[in-house]
Amino acid sequence: MLAWTIYLSFAGALVEALLPKGKPGLARWFALSVAVLALLHAVGGFAAGMGQGRQIIVDIPWVPSMGIHFLLAADGISRVLVLLTGLAAVAGILFSWNVEHRTNEFFAFYLALIGGVYGVFLSFDLFLLFVFYEIAIVPKYFLIAIWGSTRREYGAMKLALYSFVGSAMVLIGLLAAYTTAGSHSTSLIYLAHAGLPVSFQMWCFPLVFTGFAILAGMWPFHTWAPTGHVAAPTAASMLLAGVVMKLGAYGCLRVGIWLFPHGLDPWGFSFIGVGSWRDVFAILAVIGIVYGALVALAQTDFKFVIGYSSVSHMGFVLLGLMTLNQIGVTGAVLQMFSHGVIAGLLFAIVGRIVYDRTHTRQLAELETMHLAKRLPFAAWAFVIAGMASMGLPGFSGFVAELQVLVGAWIAKPWWTIAAGVGIIVGVAYTWRALQKAFFSDTLPSAHFLEHEHDPAHELAAITWPEVTGVVMLAGVSLFVGLYPRILLDTIEPAVKALLAGGGQ
Amino acid sequence: MNYADLFRATLPETALEIAALLVLVVDLGFLRKAALKTRVVVAALLGAAGCGAALWALQIQGNAGLNYGELTLLGAGTYIAVAQTGILILTALTLLLLIDSVFTRNAGEYVAVVLMAAAGGLIIAAAQDLLVIFVGLELLSLGLYILTAFAKSSGKSAEAAMKYYLFGGMSAAFLLFGFSYLYGLSGSTSLPRVVYGTYVASVHGATPLLYLALVMIAAGLGFKVAAVPFHLWAPDTYEGAPAPAAAFIASVSKVASFALLITISSVALHFLETLHLHGIAVAIITTAGTPLPPLPIVHGFRSAWPQTLMVLSTASMILGNLAALAQSSVRRLLAYSAIAHAGYILLALAFFTYSPLSTNAILYYILTYGLTTIGAFGVVSVIERATGSDRLDSFLGLHKRNPLMAAVLLVLFLSLAGIPPLVGFWAKFNLFAAVLSVSAGPVPFALVALAIGMSAVSLYYYLQVLKRAYVMPAIDETPIKAHPVTLIVLLAIAAAVVALGCFPALLQSWIASFYPR
Repeated sequence: MLAWTIYLSFAGALVEALLPKGKPGLARWFALSVAVLALLHAVGGFAAGMGQGRQIIVDIPWVPSMGIHFLLAADGISRVLVLLTGLAAVAGILFSWNVEHRTNEFFAFYLALIGGVYGVFLSFDLFLLFVFYEIAIVPKYFLIAIWGSTRREYGAMKLALYSFVGSAMVLIGLLAAYTTAGSHSTSLIYLAHAGLPVSFQMWCFPLVFTGFAILAGMWPFHTWAPTGHVAAPTAASMLLAGVVMKLGAYGCLRVGIWLFPHGLDPWGFSFIGVGSWRDVFAILAVIGIVYGALVALAQTDFKFVIGYSSVSHMGFVLLGLMTLNQIGVTGAVLQMFSHGVIAGLLFAIVGRIVYDRTHTRQLAELETMHLAKRLPFAAWAFVIAGMASMGLPGFSGFVAELQVLVGAWIAKPWWTIAAGVGIIVGVAYTWRALQKAFFSDTLPSAHFLEHEHDPAHELAAITWPEVTGVVMLAGVSLFVGLYPRILLDTIEPAVKALLAGGGQ
Repeated sequence: MNYADLFRATLPETALEIAALLVLVVDLGFLRKAALKTRVVVAALLGAAGCGAALWALQIQGNAGLNYGELTLLGAGTYIAVAQTGILILTALTLLLLIDSVFTRNAGEYVAVVLMAAAGGLIIAAAQDLLVIFVGLELLSLGLYILTAFAKSSGKSAEAAMKYYLFGGMSAAFLLFGFSYLYGLSGSTSLPRVVYGTYVASVHGATPLLYLALVMIAAGLGFKVAAVPFHLWAPDTYEGAPAPAAAFIASVSKVASFALLITISSVALHFLETLHLHGIAVAIITTAGTPLPPLPIVHGFRSAWPQTLMVLSTASMILGNLAALAQSSVRRLLAYSAIAHAGYILLALAFFTYSPLSTNAILYYILTYGLTTIGAFGVVSVIERATGSDRLDSFLGLHKRNPLMAAVLLVLFLSLAGIPPLVGFWAKFNLFAAVLSVSAGPVPFALVALAIGMSAVSLYYYLQVLKRAYVMPAIDETPIKAHPVTLIVLLAIAAAVVALGCFPALLQSWIASFYPR
């Protein structure tokens, strides 16, 4: 059932590319129906997989002479992330309902990207995983470069090159692991049991982990994220923050930690308190949390605030992974889901609901527009999304970040203290953005007052796809926040198995 | 050796030569009054049919090599048959691209020269003897010089041909000079004996003469595959030559030259491995009074040849990719990218093993690369006809002016950059996996890492072209028309690139089917 998410998306992309030009309505409805169908399969697969361990879905020899299999499987982690992808895909299409320029090509690239993402989450063959991972790069480039806004060609090229450099590092690690394990098979399950030498894992782990972490926005390799997010069209920034950054984090967990567990062992010596790769990456994650939050506090562009907040929130995911204990890693996976939903919502509000009407993202200009009165729906949606993003109890972010912090406390208490600073700054930047963009009472400019009652100057009404999308994403975040067990019951056994090394 | 053997062993080459003569006779004899269009179509189709006949000849020829006494002149079977099949198919494709071209009024001569050059390619792919190698190389090279100069009305074409010819003549001189030293060292022109002779000669200590000879040969063959620092002709030739000729140079000539390099590398290793197995050398050398040094041996061909290739490979990967970043002409960009790709293949030749593993990975790479690059030149030639230039800016708005052509360009360039699931990615993966599984250690690993890093660099310049085609607004939106045959050929190539990428085992098992079970 889950495998159909991949096939549907790619088939949909192909059909979109062949649809007649100049019929945007057809392209939209077709894309939406494909995404909804894939989401239904994802939900179905999630429901069917409750209480189950790892299930092999498809296993066909692909390149028999090299031991490469088309091996799709799912465990709890995959199921949750596939569900997230389905939600983000549908929401992204709802929020790109107003794309009029080359609509069918837009949705073709969009669905191809989604297909690649589904593929990564479901691949249990390292090689297949890598193939899907790279398939996701090219559509991202075109989505941003063609339909983007601010400095789009720069942002798109930077994103593509960062992704490609990251994946080159992963490819080197893949080749090394494959040949070191005797060139028999690229199955993740096989490689995890292959007993790779500890000295090999010691250098291969940081290589592969960094390669994936680039896409997860790990400081100091995060710089593609803000520029890419800002340049991207709304749907693409929703996907970038919502699922593409999760690809990186997922790779760190599934490939980095699962295949090279001894890469995290202590080096045997320590340098200013850093005694293993685990310490190194945890420190980078903490820096990312605090740095992302502080930089978000200083932004003048609304979208950059959200862009840097993504860097900060993804820092929690990486920190959770580096705790290496059950609660911390579970929290990291839940944070992937939670941030995927919340960041999607935030980008949708900023990029689609606000920017497409006001044509500015500068907080200083938004201040004069009194959006709380003119776009009350947007204001309240942002209040809810902001609360979720701050990690208020009752939203998914709270449960996830709490688990990460508890896990970090068990591992090394000072990680938690440092990350706590990030949460406080997080409240500050969200509040600042909320206040400036929506609830400011700065006097409008004279020019603005002149045209206040001009009908051409009225902001367009909120449309049904926007309402649907906001309700869906906010609802999911709230539901998971109130009843986190629905995801945790699926995530926990999978994390336990993965940390035990065997994976089953 | 009698004439029947000779005929049997050179059946495909003979088929090509007959086809070449036939094309000339038909074109000059029967079609003198016909329109140029008809003549081009007839010549191209006859040429493609000649390639088909040669393929058939290759089939019925089987594994008949050409021996003279104990010496093998031409090999057959296994990788040689794969390379020869590849050469013939790629030649036919470049001929079909000719149908849309207008650069010459002498279609018959053009096709005849292509077929003769392809015959030269077949010979060097099979050659096992220094003299045969040289003859084949000259047959191929002379054809290529003529083809480069074929656009008589273009000054660039003449300039490119002159540069190519001067560099080529120089490199042939180097090659012959190197061969003469090898002959002097070993007393034979047959490759296995040369390797054996140089081995015996260097048992007593390294001989500088051998190293000199190897460097000379590397210069000669490095020129053929456009490896740095013998690459200077490539950008000018790719830019100046008529598009179908450039496609021929970039694909067929590369396949043939790499097949020759495979021969040299595997003869060098095969000799040592049989030595290892049978202990033949023990008898010979101990009678000369010298004890056999411990195997594996680091004398003779075995040490110097891979090292030379390694240097060429590293330089080509770095310089090719970096220089391509700065190009504004797509043909020059393709030339530098060809240099980079040659670097990757040379890496696999430097870490070579006498087993189908390395050979197949190299063949896989060079055949798929040849196919992709023919497609790329096909697209470039269509754009050139419409816009009059191959500058990056001529590609502006291609997705509007001809969506199919833009899609083909997208597939081919992404494949060259090595993005899955296209065939270029599998070729790279195969190649690097072969290098790493053959030789462990930090040096091969570092070089593979360099190669992968450099292919990340290459994405930038391929995207520069695709960005023009898909992203940036068009200056001129008039549709670009392509000849239906060109369109079909290009679509077929793009489809093959996608299909072989999705089912990589197809090509692998096809290559493996040439080996005896």
